[in-house]
Amino acid sequence: MTIDTNAFTLGPLEAGPPCCEPQTVIQVRNLSLHYESQAALDNVSLDIYKGCITALIGPSGCGKTSFLSAINRMTDLIPGCSVDGRILVDNEDIHHPKTDVQSLRRRIGMVFQKPTPFPLSIRRNLALPLNEHGVTQTKEVIVIIKKALQDVGLWDEVCDRLDAPALSLSGGQQQRLCIARALALNPEILLMDEPCSALDPIASGVVEDLICRLQGRYTIVIVTHNLAQARRIANYAAFFWVRERTGQLVEFGRCRHIFESPRDALTAAYVNGNRG
Amino acid sequence: MQTDRLLTGVLRAGAVLAALVMLLILCFLLLESWPVLTGLSVFRFLTDASWHPLEGAYNLMPMLAGTLLASIGALILAVPLGIASALFIVFFAPLHLASIYKRLIELLAGIPSVVFGFWGLTTLAPLIGEWQPPGASLLAGVLVLTLMILPMITITAYTALAAVPKELLQNASALGLSRWGTVRGVALPAARTGITAGVILAAARALGETMAVLMVAGNVVQYPESVFDPVRTLAANIALEMAYAMGDHRSVLFVSGLLLMLLVMVLSAMAGLLEKRRYA
Repeated sequence: MTIDTNAFTLGPLEAGPPCCEPQTVIQVRNLSLHYESQAALDNVSLDIYKGCITALIGPSGCGKTSFLSAINRMTDLIPGCSVDGRILVDNEDIHHPKTDVQSLRRRIGMVFQKPTPFPLSIRRNLALPLNEHGVTQTKEVIVIIKKALQDVGLWDEVCDRLDAPALSLSGGQQQRLCIARALALNPEILLMDEPCSALDPIASGVVEDLICRLQGRYTIVIVTHNLAQARRIANYAAFFWVRERTGQLVEFGRCRHIFESPRDALTAAYVNGNRG
Repeated sequence: MQTDRLLTGVLRAGAVLAALVMLLILCFLLLESWPVLTGLSVFRFLTDASWHPLEGAYNLMPMLAGTLLASIGALILAVPLGIASALFIVFFAPLHLASIYKRLIELLAGIPSVVFGFWGLTTLAPLIGEWQPPGASLLAGVLVLTLMILPMITITAYTALAAVPKELLQNASALGLSRWGTVRGVALPAARTGITAGVILAAARALGETMAVLMVAGNVVQYPESVFDPVRTLAANIALEMAYAMGDHRSVLFVSGLLLMLLVMVLSAMAGLLEKRRYA
């Protein structure tokens, strides 16, 4: 089999080495999602590639967040929410009755829009999920905490006050702490739901750089309303649109194609700021 | 602008009034107990041979012990039960059951204390008496107090737990925490302040509760040797003897009122300290 590697040289990193082989990690097939009787997502199929950043873009209410929360089954927590179709992560159907949701969520970390550290110390914020997943040896926990905080660039800022309340950190630091908390569990996939939209521009820039640094090590799916940001950081982009209150996938492809030569007229109108 | 100023004035007046009433009560207690506080040595409340006010023996310690034991016993039973009930309502009960259970607890909170006392007197004390006579005892007092403060602890803990931000719980789930892990690691710490406040309120209520305890605890002035011995609490003592007390005896009763108030003040100061130490 011949692979045209050029075809997979991605988005803004075109000059550098290819960041990732197009190896499918998450296969979404015919995914539909209902809240009570209202359809929120209709028949979405797409592949998420390993080590890449995939941006989900589109107007409010188009089902981006619903799509994201279906991947780690956070949809289970919403009363009246039903999911049809299949989502395969590493070829395992995550809706299979035998799937262990807790370990699934360990493998698929999630970062939310609003930074939400637990009302505990910085150290405890990271240690709590580790303990819960069976990492209880103090030495090991400390090593992991240090590494996670270094990964998000927070170690130098907080290493002398790990026992201070996490809520005493600034908004941007809190969001990086939340990312560190997810990374400490050593996930394969990171889901990010508008991680920068509640932050000021400078903090937002820091988090954005961080996401870029994580590229390659983690598979990242990010919802963002900031088109410029999607364009800067993503390798792939999926454009969702809402018709009669139901979200649909309009176009999916390499980020550059979506922004520069979209196939669909709607995509072109949206990314150029004419619609949405 | 005009209404703002008016509102500020009204609110300020309300706050001053509330503080003033509190202060006046304290002054009144001090004034009434002044004769013995200055006339007798305070140590006599500790060292007198017994409580025989008509013969001038004023040892308050057995009743202080009775008060503390009854309250602490009730707290030991009611705090875990109350918090467990609240956790059940918020995190574990199916929706319809949770609302029924919550109504029930609210109903329990609305029962007047004298009714609890009456029930204790006619049902609980005889039941204990069959097992370990005489029945009217520290244990009966503890159980009745437990029933009385349980709804208070449950409702305040429920309110605190229900107010834990949804995002926190969502984050905990997204990190793969089990329901119990979420409750223990996130919800309880986040609701700690509210739960502690509820427990303090309940403790204050238990310390001061008069009627129900008076009806079931037997009212013998003594250090109890077991939970089946009768005890008398400070509050019950005031209610029992106020009608005929005169002179120093009357003043000593006010001193015991002052002592109760002091206990509650210490309690709330402790709560304040705990809150400060939380992250220190």
